[in-house]
Amino acid sequence: MFYREAGDFHTTYKDDNQTFPIKFDRIRYYVVLAVAFGVIPFLINDYWANAVFVPFLIYAIAAIGLNILTGYCGQVSLGTGGFMAVGAYACYKLMTAFPEVSIVFHLIGAGFVTAGVGVLFGLPSLRIKGFYLAVATLAAQFFLVWLFNKVPWFYNYSASGQINAPERTVFGMAVTGPNTEAWAKYMICLVFLTVLAWIARNLTRGTVGRSWMAIRDMDIAAEIIGVNPLRAKLTAFAVSSFFVGIAGALFFSVYLGAVEVGEAFGINKSFLVLFMIIIGGLGSIFGSLAGAAFLVLLPVLLKNILVGGLGWPIDIAAHMELIIVGGLIVVFLIAEPHGLAQLWKIGKEKLRLWPFPH
Amino acid sequence: MKLKLATLALGSVMAAAPVMADLVFPSLSYRTGPYAAGGIPYADGYADYFTLINERDGGIGGVMAKVIECETGYNTEKGVECYEATKGEGALVYNPLSTGITYQLIPKVTADGIALYTPGYGRTSAANGKVFSNVFNFPANYWNAASLAVNHLLDVNGGDIKGKKIALVYHNSAYGKEPIKTLEALSEKHGFELLAIPVDHPGQEQKSQWLQIRREKPDNVLMWGWGVMNQVAIQEAANIRYPMENFIGVWWSGAEHDVTPAGDKATGYKAVTFHNVGSDFPVFDDVQKYVVDAGKAAGAGDNVGKALYNRGFYAAMLMAEAAAAAQKASGKADIEASDMIAALESFSITEERMAELGMPNFGPAFEVSCANHGGPGTGAIQQWDAAAGTWSLISDFGPSDMDVIQPLIDADSAAYAAENNIAERCN
Repeated sequence: MFYREAGDFHTTYKDDNQTFPIKFDRIRYYVVLAVAFGVIPFLINDYWANAVFVPFLIYAIAAIGLNILTGYCGQVSLGTGGFMAVGAYACYKLMTAFPEVSIVFHLIGAGFVTAGVGVLFGLPSLRIKGFYLAVATLAAQFFLVWLFNKVPWFYNYSASGQINAPERTVFGMAVTGPNTEAWAKYMICLVFLTVLAWIARNLTRGTVGRSWMAIRDMDIAAEIIGVNPLRAKLTAFAVSSFFVGIAGALFFSVYLGAVEVGEAFGINKSFLVLFMIIIGGLGSIFGSLAGAAFLVLLPVLLKNILVGGLGWPIDIAAHMELIIVGGLIVVFLIAEPHGLAQLWKIGKEKLRLWPFPH
Repeated sequence: MKLKLATLALGSVMAAAPVMADLVFPSLSYRTGPYAAGGIPYADGYADYFTLINERDGGIGGVMAKVIECETGYNTEKGVECYEATKGEGALVYNPLSTGITYQLIPKVTADGIALYTPGYGRTSAANGKVFSNVFNFPANYWNAASLAVNHLLDVNGGDIKGKKIALVYHNSAYGKEPIKTLEALSEKHGFELLAIPVDHPGQEQKSQWLQIRREKPDNVLMWGWGVMNQVAIQEAANIRYPMENFIGVWWSGAEHDVTPAGDKATGYKAVTFHNVGSDFPVFDDVQKYVVDAGKAAGAGDNVGKALYNRGFYAAMLMAEAAAAAQKASGKADIEASDMIAALESFSITEERMAELGMPNFGPAFEVSCANHGGPGTGAIQQWDAAAGTWSLISDFGPSDMDVIQPLIDADSAAYAAENNIAERCN
């Protein structure tokens, strides 16, 4: 009944290779986009924007970024928090140095700066793999946080080392600063996520993505068939860091408005994004979104149910939240070690046959 | 026309008449995480004062006070969520007990027209009301604390600390970095050498920092710590046999739970404070009677009279007084956030009033003005006695060196004003 190919004829290669080859899936995708762009902005309020949608969209960008590196290219990274910090501080320096330039360019510029830093810290990946590489990227995490704490130039010599996002506009609408409307905040994050997810999807099914996956599956074999590991690994680091950098820049400028590096971009952030892609599914764009949704929305939902709905004391609720989220992660990963994306895929297969499975 | 006016008047009465709402004081507290040890007594004190007012006096001016607690875990992202969740409930004033969250809320509360009260924490330069219209940090701030600690050292050393070496052990965050500029200015003025030693969040591991102190042998150690970092530092200081009377913490490093893990060795440890210590005040009898014994305490009821409980209690008292002043000024019992801000800008508290409240000499008597949101900046030094298990004040509430601090406040707030295009008020 759902996801049926019957009657959906592909007469060209282009049709056959499209991202959503099944008509039902395609329509569903357009409906999601239509709701995201056409309905939510009119209904959203400050709470939904700041507590639910904006963090979800930003973490989704970061998760896609890390998924490119870890899920598609097989390079484990624990430096996500550090790279997000690079994005945030690059954005801050650009915002304060060139106030007349549009924030959109600052965000993209922050992405490019982070890409450069990512390539630099990706160099060790040419010699070391697996856990050893994880430790090397961990060094990047600690080094970058230390750097932004230590060198006052990065925070414009403010007394406390905090960076604050001044008000910036896109088409005359404030998107950063305290006077931002909820929908403007939401829209800028949504536009960035949509464009970046589209780029990621198309990169990963093209030549570049195939060379990443070849490296992931077996690097020696990939080298023999002519994949240049230097190119493949460093492009993966560059693209991944670009995404993570933009996520960090949005996180600072649009979402929080003021950050201090140790608190906002510590090692916890690296683990959080890594958990997102593990729970969501390695090597899947949908998995990145699902993982981000799971880890961002579930705690907020639980808090509202336990404190708002059941009236529990806040400290007990906060502890229960950790227990429930942790428990659910374990349950999900036992039920499906390949993450939510795989569950979704199986669900789709089942739905195709439903209601006549035989 | 008359009819129209009458309808309008009727409409506005109808709109304003619905059931008297509560006076909402959100408490962005943290009872979990590495900073819970300090967050719990403060949140208890803050909530218990309002419970006392409700139970004993029937609220503020006849309107019940309502404290909405929201758990932040000292985390800025959760702080945002809490702020957005509570601001629509008619919040009058926020008190997040976190410098990081304060930095985030400063622009937000200014845009939303709600007051932000950060006693002894937050952004120090918010004392300049000309730039920070909605933020209040009376009666004292970090830079006052730095100056008060140095003043104490001057007292102890007969007014001369030239050539002394003073180390600052600080939480490597916005909070811990705040006093550095002031201490640098003071070191220039008094000729001491400043040695800044950062400790990273959460501060459970400080071996290398204290090894450095052991090697450098500073004459005094100042500490800007919070949460688990305090206990570890005091324990480490005891381990290297650093003389405790030369070790001075800021007021956030001066609670009972910070010193008790080190046992007897912590005797003599000093901390700066901007309010009085101990449970020897008449008001605490009322707390026992109306709040704790009635089973209405915010926590387990075992924190009454502790340093941080007193601080939360004191902050709540000042806010309740400000709300009462706002009721008087606006002539309505059901005040709004804008009335609260107006009342805070002309807030004053006298010794008589504090005595009336059963809190004689609990804090300084002071006045707030449009330009000065920072209060008098006075404070005293408290010292720990492990045998008795009490803090006691070893100095009077003295002034801090505003000649040094005021230019720093002006410079920092001017930088903020320039960055955010804020025009000076109160001229």
